[in-house]
Amino acid sequence: MSAAVARRSGSYMPQAVGIGSLVAFFLGMELLVQTGLVNRFIVPPPSEIIGSFGRVIVEEHVFSRFLQTLTECLTAGVMLTVFGVAGGVLMNRFKLLQQACETWVAAMASAPIVLMYPLFMVIFGRSAWTIIMMGFVSALPPVILKTIEGISGTRKVLINVGRSFNLTPSQQFWKILFPAALPTIFVGIRLGLIFALINVVGVEFLINYGGLGQLINDLAERYDLAGTYAAICFVILVSVLFFIVLEKVERWLRPID
Amino acid sequence: MAATDRLTGVTHPASVLSPATLLRAAIILGVLAIWEFLSHSGWLYRDVVPSLLAIGHALFDLLSHGEYYFNLGVTAAEVGFALLVGGGAGVVVGIVLGANRFLSKAFEPYLYYLGPTPKIIFFPIMIMYFGVGPESKVALGTLSCFFPVALSVAAGMRQIDQVLIRVGHSFRANTWQMVTKIYLPAMRHPIINGVRLGLGVALIGVLLAETKLSNKGIGYLIIQAYSIFDMPRMYAMLIVLFVLAIGANALVGRLGGLHAIKRT
Repeated sequence: MSAAVARRSGSYMPQAVGIGSLVAFFLGMELLVQTGLVNRFIVPPPSEIIGSFGRVIVEEHVFSRFLQTLTECLTAGVMLTVFGVAGGVLMNRFKLLQQACETWVAAMASAPIVLMYPLFMVIFGRSAWTIIMMGFVSALPPVILKTIEGISGTRKVLINVGRSFNLTPSQQFWKILFPAALPTIFVGIRLGLIFALINVVGVEFLINYGGLGQLINDLAERYDLAGTYAAICFVILVSVLFFIVLEKVERWLRPID
Repeated sequence: MAATDRLTGVTHPASVLSPATLLRAAIILGVLAIWEFLSHSGWLYRDVVPSLLAIGHALFDLLSHGEYYFNLGVTAAEVGFALLVGGGAGVVVGIVLGANRFLSKAFEPYLYYLGPTPKIIFFPIMIMYFGVGPESKVALGTLSCFFPVALSVAAGMRQIDQVLIRVGHSFRANTWQMVTKIYLPAMRHPIINGVRLGLGVALIGVLLAETKLSNKGIGYLIIQAYSIFDMPRMYAMLIVLFVLAIGANALVGRLGGLHAIKRT
């Protein structure tokens, strides 16, 4: 019993060291800035950043901006799910199409698609649709690739069960292939949503339009350094929470693992 | 084995005109035909879909001017520096975290969750630290590529065959010898994979930073083409950029033998 308690208390040590190091870093930074060793017009003291959180949240309407970014991200996510999964299913259904196009999709995954944002601005204007479409297009390849991987990785025994029940191709897909591939497909959707969030916030910042990305750009242009740092911390916090939620949903979809 | 593959590839002319290749050619031709039709139809805004001839002309114009190569060199140097600094730091941090369970538990979650956050939002800070010149772009690229390299190396470190590590210890290798003779050779594939991912994100980081605030580099040229609404030139630059990025990615993968891993 005592060994278990010791092990449990021991398991908290690394986390404590991690958090402790972070706190020590901020305290060290505060000291360096307050003593003038680091220029406070380049790095504001952490206490000032923490102090500006309230101001940024209230005055800059962070919550509505957050909702705007989330809406853009989720709209891109819905489009990703529909078009990405449909594309993957289609490519898996027609093997020739898969042989012809899978390499292209994989190549697109490594291309800097987000650099097309000026082009999208010309097509969609400086609007939310530029941001949504950018998030959608940049995040499409992983969803397609993971859908193909999921469906083609269905265990042979499950396919044989479907055959032995004399299922039609449509039934085989909806009752066997799709449910079996769902966890892998969700991995693709999770990756896609992460890419979408990165690109949505990035393009918001670059075109100075929309939610949280624009907030950072705005504050930086006003030279509100403490506010800029606070807004960046807020975006990081939102991103991390977003990833954690997606991970939890993915684990829930993969009960066997 | 590789030689045999190469030979079989050469001695089967039928594979060149396989149904998949024909379909690829048909898709490319179809897309080009639709594009050309749209450019002449007047259905879309003028110049959003310029004719293929205009894009081809812009491509030729772009590649025949020294200015483009100068800016390409600037971007390549920025990405190279970013990869060197960020990738180097990533390898060191990855080895330390991968070798030490305690440190890994203490700090790796931060890397894991900070890794996928949008790095471009740090650009205002980088400008404050490093100015508006190429240094701030290198810094953003460095920050972008540090995380995937560190995480990939840390994961690779934990996958090293314990026998290899024991062999190193039994030869009484010191830390430096362990790193250079055991860890790095055994982790070649995870490192190359990390560098490949790092190269992609460093490129994106540098180019996006250039589009935001710069006076040289490919990102600057792209945003300049946008501001004067020279769409054929923008398409030409995006085409060249995509070809270069995809080519560099494939090259790094091939040099690291990732191609061979997938095949076996």
